[in-house]
Amino acid sequence: MAWKKTALAWIAGLTLAAGSLTAVAQQAGTQFVGITGYRVGPYGANGAAFFGGFTDYLQLVNARDGGINGVKLSWEECETEYNTAKGVECYERLKARADTGPTAIHPMSTGITYALLDKAPADQVPLITFGYGRTDATDGRVFPWVFPLMSNYWDAATAIIKFIADKEGGEGGLKGKKIVLLYHDSAYGKEPHAVLEAEAKRRGFDLEMIPVPHPGNEQQSQWLQIRRIRPDWVILWGWGVMNATAIQTAQKVGFPRDRMVGNWWAGSEIDTEAAGPAAKGYYAASLNLAGKKFPVVQDIEKIVYGKLNVGGDPKLIGTVLWNRGVAAAMFTLEAVRTAQAKYGKKPMNGAQVRWGLEHLDLSAKRLQKLGFGAMLPPIKVSCENHGGSGEVRFQQWDGSAWQAASDWMKGDSALVHRMIEESAAKYAAEKGIKPACLGG
Amino acid sequence: MLYREAGQFKTSYRADQQIFPILQDRIGMLVLGFVALVGVPLVASEYWLTAILIPLLVFSLAAIGLNILTGYAGQLSLGTAAFMAVGAVATYNFQLRVPGIPILVSFLLGGGTAAAVGAVFGLPSLRIKGFYLAVATLAAQFFIPWLLVKVSWFSNDSASGVITTQPVEILGFTFDTPLRKYLFALVVVSVLALVAKNLVRSHIGRAWMAVRDMDVAAEVIGIRIVRTKLVAFAVSSFYCGIAGALYAFAYLGSVETDGFNLDLSFRILFMIIIGGVGSILGSFLGAAFITLLPILLDVALTEGATALGLQLPSGMTSMVQLVVFGALIIFFLIVEPLGLARLWQIAKEKLRLWPFPH
Repeated sequence: MAWKKTALAWIAGLTLAAGSLTAVAQQAGTQFVGITGYRVGPYGANGAAFFGGFTDYLQLVNARDGGINGVKLSWEECETEYNTAKGVECYERLKARADTGPTAIHPMSTGITYALLDKAPADQVPLITFGYGRTDATDGRVFPWVFPLMSNYWDAATAIIKFIADKEGGEGGLKGKKIVLLYHDSAYGKEPHAVLEAEAKRRGFDLEMIPVPHPGNEQQSQWLQIRRIRPDWVILWGWGVMNATAIQTAQKVGFPRDRMVGNWWAGSEIDTEAAGPAAKGYYAASLNLAGKKFPVVQDIEKIVYGKLNVGGDPKLIGTVLWNRGVAAAMFTLEAVRTAQAKYGKKPMNGAQVRWGLEHLDLSAKRLQKLGFGAMLPPIKVSCENHGGSGEVRFQQWDGSAWQAASDWMKGDSALVHRMIEESAAKYAAEKGIKPACLGG
Repeated sequence: MLYREAGQFKTSYRADQQIFPILQDRIGMLVLGFVALVGVPLVASEYWLTAILIPLLVFSLAAIGLNILTGYAGQLSLGTAAFMAVGAVATYNFQLRVPGIPILVSFLLGGGTAAAVGAVFGLPSLRIKGFYLAVATLAAQFFIPWLLVKVSWFSNDSASGVITTQPVEILGFTFDTPLRKYLFALVVVSVLALVAKNLVRSHIGRAWMAVRDMDVAAEVIGIRIVRTKLVAFAVSSFYCGIAGALYAFAYLGSVETDGFNLDLSFRILFMIIIGGVGSILGSFLGAAFITLLPILLDVALTEGATALGLQLPSGMTSMVQLVVFGALIIFFLIVEPLGLARLWQIAKEKLRLWPFPH
């Protein structure tokens, strides 16, 4: 049985090889960006778009600008398959790759975010959670290393209510109306409950919350229930296949799609294209606009996909999640640039990037200059507010593409702010953290 | 030549009943223990501790738990991850809600809660067997995570349902660094593995094996089937519960109920199938195979591609890794259907004769 021996010897050899290989360093003098991404597994389609945009932007900055202030970028993507244990393994691996650490980590998964929450401060690695993760981490005095940039779920929920109120004739327009929240029956789907209940009480509308069990590809009974309730609006808080099914079933029971508003995980082309013509008129809150009309997108198409030909799937360019990936990469790099202004033009370590994130100031003018234009709202981060604007923009599906349906707008930020502070204080007490701002 | 027991005489029952009757094995275990306790802390990097060794220990413990139930008592279960979730959440809640409770007591109570839940879900085993029982335990796998998400009391009303665990502190000493967490996990797993080894050699273990091999015959010779099966479920779930608590407290630092899914149950089942059904050593070998091999392949592929100057599309290595991993599982099952533990046993028998096999 010689082949058996050969195979066993091979395995033994591989084991030894891997042990010696785990500590390969980055290219010297570059800003190393560690990426914990996923392009396979159950959410591979979402990850492929997001991380495709992310790496394309890094390629663009290297090719077009020669890095950040002359510091070239290097990066490595480690596949997590959206699995928390694998995410932690990737994080540990990437952390050790460079002396300056992995710059900043975008976990892109609630589970991985939570698992890294305690590790990040100890390792001095900033976490950027762009539209997911722990909402109360917006309080930077309790969570100095976590940056839920732009908006969180509670911002989104109150903004959706405000959007609906505007459609119903302003501030008092919701009195006596009926709104149904159709949510994914998981921790994620329960996130907006408390905020919506507070809003229902304040604005005087009836709120019904109907769960859809995972994965949500059968919603006949839920929609029959909705038909009995006869709501004025339906808020869709879904994920994956549940979104398209909800839109299609709404058509089947005759509920108007232009009375349905989704959140940003229920508002990508993946959802509406799967729903087909039924999706026409459907609204969704969005963190960023879709489309190819922004100069940065055109640059990527021209340079990364055209001249260099190192891009990913060209079909993804300009989709909601791809654009979000480009924006996420931009946040990381702009934090590095901000930090460089203080610490000098060399690769920045975790603590310096953290300082850069906390002093990130992306004004409308700056966004224009970076080529993002109206894709994102202006963002100003501070120690007290690690989120930024809290603004979302509504888009409507016209049957073939997303069209902006509102300006950047804020929900009830006073309410959200109060709830964040309460929740963060509770966490600080539980963990024995003394809330304070970290300096440079 | 080195591995011969010639000249080692056993003169008492005590000597005859040792776990490791051969001197070389005892020395080997001592060396292994020394390496794990002293050698590893001296040389292991943080990556090795947090990403490889701690999960390895945790999954070994879970595999021991399942092996007790499936390997020794012959009751197929697909609810391992659910019992781990019970252990993790229960430990968290005991620590949170009982003021001043020592963490080790919380661990024991967490394991005890898992044992109670396991015994309840073990009730169907009194009537149904084999694959039908597997389907019944599948109910636990669906029901428990659903319940833990549904009732937000379990996660202390955390908005996202994910729990952050409390620090592990024993007599004023905090296990906070990766090295300390590793040592904590090592001690817990070693003690429990020793207990398990002795348990399966005792009358309880013999009763389990009798039930596994033929329950009617076992009943005829006076073994109480009901109690034996329920004890197996309880002990197994206790081990899984402690493994779950370690997973939360020493490994990830958080509990996400969705992480304890059917996929994890299957992974642990594969661990014992590959490692060796009905073997404590096999639980460790199987856990090592299933947790380490994907990482190894991933690292080897990434580094190999870089060394050869290839720019692999991201996600590609993951696909290749899955294919190779699957092929290796099939390879091992063909070479040795009884698992890695059996392979090790054969190697030992060969070593006894080596280098003069005739």
